[in-house]
Amino acid sequence: MTDTAQLSTLASVADERPKRPASSWYALLKPYIGTPFNAVVTFACLWLIYRLVTGAWGWLVTRAIVEGGPQTCKAAAGAGACWPFLAAKLRFMIFGFFPYDEHWRPALAVLLFLGAMIYSMIPRFWSRRLLWLWLAVVVICGVLMYGGVFGLSVVSTTNWGGLPLSFMLSSVGLAFGFVLGVLLALARSSKLPAIQVIAVVFIEMVRGVPLVSILFMASVMLPLFMPDGVTIDKLLRAQVAIIIFAGAYIAETVRGGLQAVPKGQHEAAASLGLGYWLSMRKIVLPQALKIVIPPLVNIFIGFFQDTTLVTIIGLLDFLDTVRSAMRDPVWQGIAVLEGYIFAALVYAVFSYGMGSYSRFIERRLKTDHSHGRH
Amino acid sequence: MATSDSSPVRLLYDVRVRAVLYQVVAVALVVGIGLYLFGTVSRKLAAQNIATGFDYLSRPAGFVISQSFISYDSGNTYGRAILVGLLNTIWVSVFAVILSSVLGLAVGIARLSRNPLLSTLALVYVEALRNVPLLLYLFLWYALIVAVFPPVREAWQILPDVFLSNGGLIVPSLRWSSAHTGVLAGVVLGIVLACLVASSFRRKRVATGQSRMAWPYVLAALVVPVLLAMLIFQPEMAVNWPEKGRFRITGGLQVTPEFTALLVGLGLSASAGIAEIVRAGILSVGRGQWEAARAVGLHDRQTMRLVVLPQALRVIIPPLTSSYLSTFKNSSLAIAIGYPDLVMVSNTTMNQTGQAIEGIAIFMLVYLGMSITISMLMNWYNARVALVER
Repeated sequence: MTDTAQLSTLASVADERPKRPASSWYALLKPYIGTPFNAVVTFACLWLIYRLVTGAWGWLVTRAIVEGGPQTCKAAAGAGACWPFLAAKLRFMIFGFFPYDEHWRPALAVLLFLGAMIYSMIPRFWSRRLLWLWLAVVVICGVLMYGGVFGLSVVSTTNWGGLPLSFMLSSVGLAFGFVLGVLLALARSSKLPAIQVIAVVFIEMVRGVPLVSILFMASVMLPLFMPDGVTIDKLLRAQVAIIIFAGAYIAETVRGGLQAVPKGQHEAAASLGLGYWLSMRKIVLPQALKIVIPPLVNIFIGFFQDTTLVTIIGLLDFLDTVRSAMRDPVWQGIAVLEGYIFAALVYAVFSYGMGSYSRFIERRLKTDHSHGRH
Repeated sequence: MATSDSSPVRLLYDVRVRAVLYQVVAVALVVGIGLYLFGTVSRKLAAQNIATGFDYLSRPAGFVISQSFISYDSGNTYGRAILVGLLNTIWVSVFAVILSSVLGLAVGIARLSRNPLLSTLALVYVEALRNVPLLLYLFLWYALIVAVFPPVREAWQILPDVFLSNGGLIVPSLRWSSAHTGVLAGVVLGIVLACLVASSFRRKRVATGQSRMAWPYVLAALVVPVLLAMLIFQPEMAVNWPEKGRFRITGGLQVTPEFTALLVGLGLSASAGIAEIVRAGILSVGRGQWEAARAVGLHDRQTMRLVVLPQALRVIIPPLTSSYLSTFKNSSLAIAIGYPDLVMVSNTTMNQTGQAIEGIAIFMLVYLGMSITISMLMNWYNARVALVER
């Protein structure tokens, strides 16, 4: 600070003002009304916050319709939120066309999935056993959703929908996409030109086009590619599209991690006599993946949100069940925003949770490198 | 590793032989899969009696498009319909990129503000936009526009001859003629000239170290070609006034609610990402740079423009490129709210002709080509601002 003070005597600097005692009311208010411009900004912000909060409070609470049916909401003509709509349609929004009496099955599957996810997000439990845990969770969730054993009735995939479907599409897509992405990243940074070219062409082609077009390709063209008599489930087709898309993006992130591993590590592995696969698996990839965990979590958040796009090819994911609920003839034109706001809240909670986790992981991994900034 | 010298198996342990082998296997796999898929597809198409090829592009399309920036009616060809879709995609992407850049810059700077209220508000803005899927926002904005604005018959007249309803915004427009195109050329020429003049002043400043007042010359370079073009072409100022009829409004330029919802959705969601990019870029410039700039007597605005921004741009440009690219690609979500972009028009075309492969091939190639063009342009700009190490 003394350096700055000395420099500022050489040049006329507007920002440097005489210091006041730090504990006075002036010091407290200085960031808000220190300069006339800042005061104007503060008052504009206060006004904005006031408008937002009173508006939201009025719509959500004071002017909202709490009980009654569609007619009560219609009479109020959208002055406030229509809670009866959410109450009546909540289960449909979350589980879609899954048989009403069997809703405990997808509910249990979702809880199991979330539990396993939270468990595996805690660094203390990171070990190889997680793979077995996930294998068990996937099998149990599959049995719960599809049924057919243990006296559970069969529910075909056409009746799957809502939040379980969104979770399934994004998690399966990311798991397989991750494997595909790592393989593609290895291929792209390989020294063999033909393999490198194949990987580059694949990655750039997928990254150059929107997800919508890949979904269209999967839903329209994949059936044409299959041999006669083989039909693929619509859900599976969308899943393939998401895996391909996720793979290409994850590949680029992992490649960044591979580039960040010092050359000496490769050479050390080679001098120990390790072959390509062994040195990659034991030495290079663990270091590369550790570097890219924070960006990977960000990619995961993006793909969790991008699975909403399967709506466009007519799959009943969470966003689509919410829209179907709003198009119900009984409620049509009455609850036009409530469903979207509810869905936005659900997505925001999950995305924000994962985002906070990404920042936590970033801080935690940073402690390993003492030479970091800050 | 120990094998007898004479065995041909030994060759398999040679790294170079293996490298060739792997590559041959990989290429053979790709080519094999490609041939197999091609075979299945052509056999199936032949069985279903679907013609292949792009001849259908010259047949009349027979469907209407709710918004087009070149003349189009249902009698035009499929080819022209797809061109209309492409122009709609470009149009909405360009506006969304401009909107998101301006908003993103403002919010990014607001996040760095010393005023805690302002920076918190900016943080809330960014988080609210980043944690909700874009598609959901598109539906929400669209529903809001339709719910909040009155039906066309009771359209609000917010200004004389400007109408706002849930059918969109309608403003007076010029009846376009070739003279207007001439004036437009003048505007473009003016912008190019202004850039040239500004850069020549900049070069002089760098060479001599003396700063001369540049803005009057830049302004002159901007305005003079436009005025000259006006004098030469004498464009007719015929205005297409909107007229309110009983049931609909005719004439004028119509901005549809689909376009507005898509523009707002794309623009806002990209602006949150850009705000973070701008913030990271400005933070990456060390405090010492600010202090040094003050020490040599630059005031705050000059410091920002001459010292901080040029260095921040190096950090900003590459992620900004991906942000622009994803805005362009995200415009394909238009199909969800019914804005006739490239994907939607191609989809209609595919449904009518059954030529799915050609339809998908066209729009994928167009997207690929545009993506490569945008990233090449931005890379060229990036190379200009990049740090030159000597």
